[in-house]
Amino acid sequence: MLTTPLNDEHVSLAATFTDFGGWNMPVRYGSDLDEHHAVRNSAGLFDISHMGELRIVGEEATKFLDKVLVSDISKLSVGQAKYTMICSQDAGIIDDLIVYKMDTEDYLVVANASNRHAVLVAMQDMADYGFKVDIFDETEDWALVAIQGPKAKDILGMLVDVDLGELKYYSIAKANLEGVPVLLARTGYTGEDGFEIFIPVLECVSIWRKLLAAGGTDLLPCGLAARDTLRLEAGMPLYGHELARTLTPFEANLGRVVAFDKGDFNSKTELLKVSSQPLEIKLFGIKGEGKRAARADYEIFLPGGENAIGKVTSGVLSPTLGYPIAMAYLKADLDLGTGTKLEADVRGTRVPYEVVKLPFYKAER
Amino acid sequence: MANPENLQYTKEHEWVLVDGDVATVGITQYAADALGEIVYVDLPKPGSSTSYMKICGEIESTKSVGELYAPMDGEVIEANSALGASPEAINQDPYGAGWLIKIKYTQLPELLTAAEYAAITGE
Repeated sequence: MLTTPLNDEHVSLAATFTDFGGWNMPVRYGSDLDEHHAVRNSAGLFDISHMGELRIVGEEATKFLDKVLVSDISKLSVGQAKYTMICSQDAGIIDDLIVYKMDTEDYLVVANASNRHAVLVAMQDMADYGFKVDIFDETEDWALVAIQGPKAKDILGMLVDVDLGELKYYSIAKANLEGVPVLLARTGYTGEDGFEIFIPVLECVSIWRKLLAAGGTDLLPCGLAARDTLRLEAGMPLYGHELARTLTPFEANLGRVVAFDKGDFNSKTELLKVSSQPLEIKLFGIKGEGKRAARADYEIFLPGGENAIGKVTSGVLSPTLGYPIAMAYLKADLDLGTGTKLEADVRGTRVPYEVVKLPFYKAER
Repeated sequence: MANPENLQYTKEHEWVLVDGDVATVGITQYAADALGEIVYVDLPKPGSSTSYMKICGEIESTKSVGELYAPMDGEVIEANSALGASPEAINQDPYGAGWLIKIKYTQLPELLTAAEYAAITGE
């Protein structure tokens, strides 16, 4: 199994580990609920070095990314980030990505750990059509650490030479962190303000320790358990749950990332076709009563209904809200407006649920 | 964490404290740690009967659902109602405040000693 360059830090912090996308990753250090609440109320530090970093450079880098991704990359300015997707010829989602424009023809693309190779292959296939572009897998060159929560800016601000107030949401800048050149992005996967820090591998242990020391009791190291409950409350999809090769961006409620007006691109023909047809299933947010959470793969029914109208993709008892929340793919032709009553089959018992708007939780800004 | 010597154990990571014809049952620290932070418990109601190694309740953490196996035949005489409001007691004090149910048993199966249980969990 792959380990991140911060693995020894996690071991010394007595983390519990799990296999995630082939990586040995910390699930929690102490209490995952404490870690969750730390990010909502103070700050949390995550090692997300399992994420794939792909570098796309060359005189046709922009043109190439516009061909291989679904969004309009030519509209990005240097320092800007964009949430986007790479889709297959049949409109299925290969991965969801963040593209950072580092320079005029220099992009950093962050992919999910489990999809890194699929993204590389899809990109290489497209590059073989003669684009003047080089694709480098820099995953093992970077440690990636996320500091998230309302106090993240103040803690990180103590250690960097840039004014974090100037770094806008979904942008990236070079910075000096205690003498180490890093990339600072104001992005995250928790629904809170925060930063993702790309650190050269050799320097990452000292920076991880310096961040924890600077944060003191305001900053908890957080594992994947808290990361999952945080992103779910924020209504953010997770590949393998809400996103898959067999699903389209439109079913996932992410049609907005597809830019049909940008000219031809790899998956355009099929994406246009599916966007013009009625959807069979669509992603919904639902909330339940009581404390019993419907989890992934549990079936959803109309009240008293015999046949399932869909399935949960992620579900948990929301630590922030105190009631069960879930995302579920449900039949799209049932007019399931906000407030529509549903039932979840929770291990043989029908539990009341209802349709709600996503996200479940939104930070005050 | 050491498993208390005065308790007996099952392979399903439960502990049992026998006192006369009543057994108090909980889950071990090992099981609580493996489940993660416990957020909900569904325990059998007093008066319901239990059958050896049949599922009689559920213990849910943020990340997973664990099943509670009845360690013996008998009748539930009390369930720890305090866990409804504070299920985290199972993580914090599994052998004390985190106890789950009391069973008036009809037959005691063979149970494990602390050392035998420790051998199962590799501790």
